[in-house]
Amino acid sequence: MSHLKRSLGIGLWFMFLTLPLMVVRVNTVSREVEWRWSNLVWVGICAFAIAWFWQFSIERRAAQRAKVAAEPHPEKDRPSLAQRLADDPVLSRRVLLAAALIALIFPWAVSTTQNFYHVNVMVSALIFVVLGLGLNITVGLAGLLDLGYIAFFAVGAYTYALLAKGFGLGFWMCLPLGGVMGMLFGVVLGFPILRLRGDYLAIVTLGFGSITKIVLENWDTVFGGAAGIAGIPRPDFFGLPLDGREKSIYTYYIVLALVAVTIFVTNRLKNSRVGRAWMALREDEIACVAMGVDMARTKLSAYALGAFWAGLAGVIFAAHNNFINPDSFTFMDSAMVLAMVVLGGMGSILGVIIASLALKLLPEYLRAFAEYRMLVFGAVMVLMMIFRPQGLINNMRRKYEYDTADVESNDGGK
Amino acid sequence: MAASSTRGGKKLLEVSGLTMDFGGLRAVDNVGLDIHAGEIVALIGPNGAGKTTFFNCVTGIYTPTTGDVRIHTADGATRRINGMKPNRITGLGMARTFQNIRLFPAMTVLENVMIGRHCRTGTTILDAILGTSRSAREERESIDTSYQLLKKVGLADVADEYSRNLSYGAQRRLEIARALATEPFLLLLDEPAAGMNPQETHELDELITRIRDEENVAILLIEHDMKLVMNISDHICVMEYGKEIAQGTPKEIKENPKVIEAYLGEEAHA
Repeated sequence: MSHLKRSLGIGLWFMFLTLPLMVVRVNTVSREVEWRWSNLVWVGICAFAIAWFWQFSIERRAAQRAKVAAEPHPEKDRPSLAQRLADDPVLSRRVLLAAALIALIFPWAVSTTQNFYHVNVMVSALIFVVLGLGLNITVGLAGLLDLGYIAFFAVGAYTYALLAKGFGLGFWMCLPLGGVMGMLFGVVLGFPILRLRGDYLAIVTLGFGSITKIVLENWDTVFGGAAGIAGIPRPDFFGLPLDGREKSIYTYYIVLALVAVTIFVTNRLKNSRVGRAWMALREDEIACVAMGVDMARTKLSAYALGAFWAGLAGVIFAAHNNFINPDSFTFMDSAMVLAMVVLGGMGSILGVIIASLALKLLPEYLRAFAEYRMLVFGAVMVLMMIFRPQGLINNMRRKYEYDTADVESNDGGK
Repeated sequence: MAASSTRGGKKLLEVSGLTMDFGGLRAVDNVGLDIHAGEIVALIGPNGAGKTTFFNCVTGIYTPTTGDVRIHTADGATRRINGMKPNRITGLGMARTFQNIRLFPAMTVLENVMIGRHCRTGTTILDAILGTSRSAREERESIDTSYQLLKKVGLADVADEYSRNLSYGAQRRLEIARALATEPFLLLLDEPAAGMNPQETHELDELITRIRDEENVAILLIEHDMKLVMNISDHICVMEYGKEIAQGTPKEIKENPKVIEAYLGEEAHA
């Protein structure tokens, strides 16, 4: 009941607030004041509904928390869909197979020889999936906040652009080189910031990102300055001539393969000695070091690997667009990739993929509401952080199989 | 220090003249301490006496201002470990727990212990990605060893829980299991009984002696619970205001007037 009252109050308040804006309009041609009362009604109804839903959700969340707190073993909660997926190998294999099939058929299904816009959009989105998964290693697994991640992406892109234009090296030659260059820069950045954490780390990485962009913009004899580099060759397919659509689809498959490899590698690493060390580092640095984990090596490897994927993605990005300039590597892009990791759920592979696709595809397909899309985007972010601060999908707990038999039988668990 | 002559066993850790300054503050002042194989040594003293600083100097978290920390490893070599990184020291065979529990809350209980295996395994990034036989073998070994350790401390049934969901006493025991996973010859416990109820303290008492006997690990512990200390220690070192004021067997410490005045006396009146 109190909900209704409060919502009603909020509705009225909004009606009052938006009165001058939504209701009164001065028609300058006929010099009349129009009173659009119907707008007021709509504002009232919408505000009421949103307020009611808001309170309902907040209360539900509080109730859930209370339930979890009251229960002595919170783990007995209903497992999430993702957890169930992870626990059931048959189901997860089927889902994976279905996803792979859809991904393979996708470019042929949505494109015609004239119109392959959707394929190109998807290529850009998948490039960001790779970026998201790469940053997920650094931020999600190892807990090292990186606000200049896009710089490694730029390193990869410019590596390919310069090598292809300057030395005529092919795409397949440059792909690993771009990754390695990204990795090198990752290590270069990693060394000075080994001792930093939290806010300080954020500031230094932010600075690194800005420096990279400024260098690219101003060193125009090498990097082409703000005009960028144009005419970057597309990936070649055994020298066969491809039309526009085929080129796009070919790039799509390349980046899809890269996504698959990234998922595979991240997944393997996550459940290994290396991945556990990263997570331990994220959880508690001092304890981690005291347990014999080499901090320098662990941090550097996390940086280097994260940067490696960004480098690879950069090469594909340059090849896909034919053209790069420093405007593609702004802080906004770094923040975007970081948002993908945070929204998806730190450390969760599936979550990061979903969030990356959503964050890249939604703005693209919301162009119809161009004026409002950043508003919607911001609102979604705020709502996410209120209702699912842990991200879309929780990082799942790994269950290990172990031999429960007593080896030294006399001193088993109490 | 006079008592050291009567102590048996091989010398494992030898600390001499350890001093640690923080700016103008001398937190630890010329403290020496030996630990022999098979011993349980307690480091006691009022709050702020410098016990934890001493610990941090020995385990490499701080580099002592002056003094020597030497360990005698199983192969008979002696190494000076001042200023060595904590992970190297753990690798050499000294593992610790923390006064304010430092577990990895978002990792499972088993994973927490598996981190302890890190320095005893060598799977590289490439091994992990390619899934080499080494990676598989070490993974198996880590899981099994860790699980057996959990059994030992009585946490096997909650192996798949997040460590943050454990009770306080259980978290303390998990820290011990994690430290044991590094295969130490010396285990350093920083106030293991803090915040435990009498029943838990009693269980801990048994656990510590059992670890010493079964794992063949010497133990150095900081503790405020006098009953626990007097029960299980072979040798006690008392600190006050950064200085060492007495060393000896529990009996000697109980009778030492300086200690009674500084520490036990206050406790008795309280």
